[in-house]
Amino acid sequence: MLLIDCPWCGPRDDSEFQYGGEAHKRRPPAPDQVSDAVWADYLFHNQNPKGLYLERWRHSAGCRRWFNIARDTVSHAVLEVYPADALPSNAAARAVYEQNWRRENEAAANAAAVAETTEIGA
Amino acid sequence: MSAINRGVRALKNSAKRYSLAALARNAFNGHNQWTEAWRNAKPREAYDVVIIGGGGHGLATAYYLASVHGIRNIAVLEKGWIGGGNTGRNTTIIRSNYLWDESAALYEHALKLWEGLSQDLNFNLMFSQRGVLTLAHSEHEMKEMSRRVNAIRLNGIDSEVLNPMEIKALVPIIDINPGLRYPVMGGFLQKRGGTARHDAVAWGYARAADDFGVDIIQNCAVTAIRREGDQVTGVETNQGFIKAAKIGCVASGHSGVLAAMAGLRLPIESRPLQALVSEPIKPVIDTVVMSNAVHMYISQSDKGELVLGAGTDAYNSYAQRGSLPIIEHMLEAAVELYPIVSRVRVLRTWGGIVDTCPDASPIISKTSIKGLYFNCGWGTGGFKATPGSGHVFADLIARDTPNAIAAPFALSRFESGHLIDEHGAAGVAH
Ligand SMILES: Cc1cc2nc3c(=O)[nH]c(=O)nc-3n(C[C@H](O)[C@H](O)[C@H](O)COP(=O)(O)OP(=O)(O)OC[C@H]3O[C@@H](n4cnc5c(N)ncnc54)[C@H](O)[C@@H]3O)c2cc1C
Ligand SMILES: [Zn+2]
Repeated sequence: MLLIDCPWCGPRDDSEFQYGGEAHKRRPPAPDQVSDAVWADYLFHNQNPKGLYLERWRHSAGCRRWFNIARDTVSHAVLEVYPADALPSNAAARAVYEQNWRRENEAAANAAAVAETTEIGA
Repeated sequence: MSAINRGVRALKNSAKRYSLAALARNAFNGHNQWTEAWRNAKPREAYDVVIIGGGGHGLATAYYLASVHGIRNIAVLEKGWIGGGNTGRNTTIIRSNYLWDESAALYEHALKLWEGLSQDLNFNLMFSQRGVLTLAHSEHEMKEMSRRVNAIRLNGIDSEVLNPMEIKALVPIIDINPGLRYPVMGGFLQKRGGTARHDAVAWGYARAADDFGVDIIQNCAVTAIRREGDQVTGVETNQGFIKAAKIGCVASGHSGVLAAMAGLRLPIESRPLQALVSEPIKPVIDTVVMSNAVHMYISQSDKGELVLGAGTDAYNSYAQRGSLPIIEHMLEAAVELYPIVSRVRVLRTWGGIVDTCPDASPIISKTSIKGLYFNCGWGTGGFKATPGSGHVFADLIARDTPNAIAAPFALSRFESGHLIDEHGAAGVAH
């Protein structure tokens, strides 16, 4: 049983909440243009760490708002509760964010996109 | 389907074989001279195959590699004690009444192996085909059940529909009052389904594999998977480096942790699944009854404890324990359906970390790394598959090619879209 500190309503039992899985996961902007592998990665692969996890929760039986938490999946300790559109400020949670393989993918995708626009521009 | 190759029988000519003669012999010695069931092996430098995970599936894999494929230079590495994972935590329901052809082939393969497994292993697995009954509580569930039963029977698997009166005759403690919140409207029964002694499955496979020379190494945690280029070379463990050109990962809830060691991603979420037993009472139920609508199933152990289970917690965890609302929920349903249990006390509850897959079907697969194989994703319902899983996984490792039963369960299905959606058969039902 978790005690989750909803940013708007305060601490409540986890049975009031809905689990949203991995946080900071971005849907490929043009699904019909990405490879099956990229699409499958988005649909089916989540971080499933033994340790600190950045995840989405919704206070579905309360204010019904989404937010993120950084939680340890072994001790169940909640390190930080933070807004859905922000990054965690806790250093350990920040490191988990940086080390997620998606960041590399996103960096590569961004680089490719930049290269493409420069090519078109040139 | 052609006849199953059950392999060479273990302990056939061994002095360790359990028999009436052995019992008599040992009785004269005051039962002080029974030999150990398996050696307490220390790791050697190198093996042909290393299996990570000494649960039922890993041990069965090693056994079939030895007995069917003649590969005997094998180590099974277990970070704790064998059978201490989900194998020793599950509620032991065995059945093969799945919806899709691919699943039917896999789970029926396992059930056929169960039938005769105690003889194969020379170990009493207490396999009891006491039947598994699944209840329907609404019009919709009744229709869904007819479709399911037809599909199951088309695959040549036994399944029959029962009406509430027949259910009451089979399970006298059930309340079939139509006024219940979830009334019993019907159900379907697989008579060949049932239960087995979970620990015995681990011990039986371990003993038989050991007899073929397999090293079972406990307290040996794998900490890294080594490779050269795209070929595995061995594993780092707390007992040193162990060389192997083939590695089978069979670690249920910890599969994702192993995958990460090899830089691979699996479509798996690790979740706690709980069960509980009551204090022991006289026999009141001699079959297994499951209900998806009320998220609860029940059977009775040979010791007299009622064995109850439910669904998983909704969030990822490696804590080896689940949350109380799940227990409350399953007990509410139990009390409504079986009013006599209201006065029975709960003896203990526990949890195991299960490896849930998006389509509620397992992964039996090669990977992009040569010599590295995964067998996981069994989630809430892999105990029943233990012999079949080990049998086809051993075949995959030995031949490096999936056979017809294993092929649909490859990792590639998540890219091709050929999912095997068994949520209806596996959601709560184990
Ligand atoms: C409460 C509960 C009820 C269930 N009920 C049923 C049921 O009624 N019917 C059914 O069919 N299924 C049921 N299941 C599911 C079933 O238990 C599992 O699918 C099945 O037992 C998995 O077997 P396994 O051998 O793959 O895994 P396990 O028995 O979990 O074995 C995996 C082993 O790998 C080891 N390991 C992990 N990481 C490492 C490492 N790094 N190095 C070395 N070793 C490692 C672990 O210690 C563990 O012993 C239930 C599960 C639970 C938790
Ligand atoms: Zn709230």
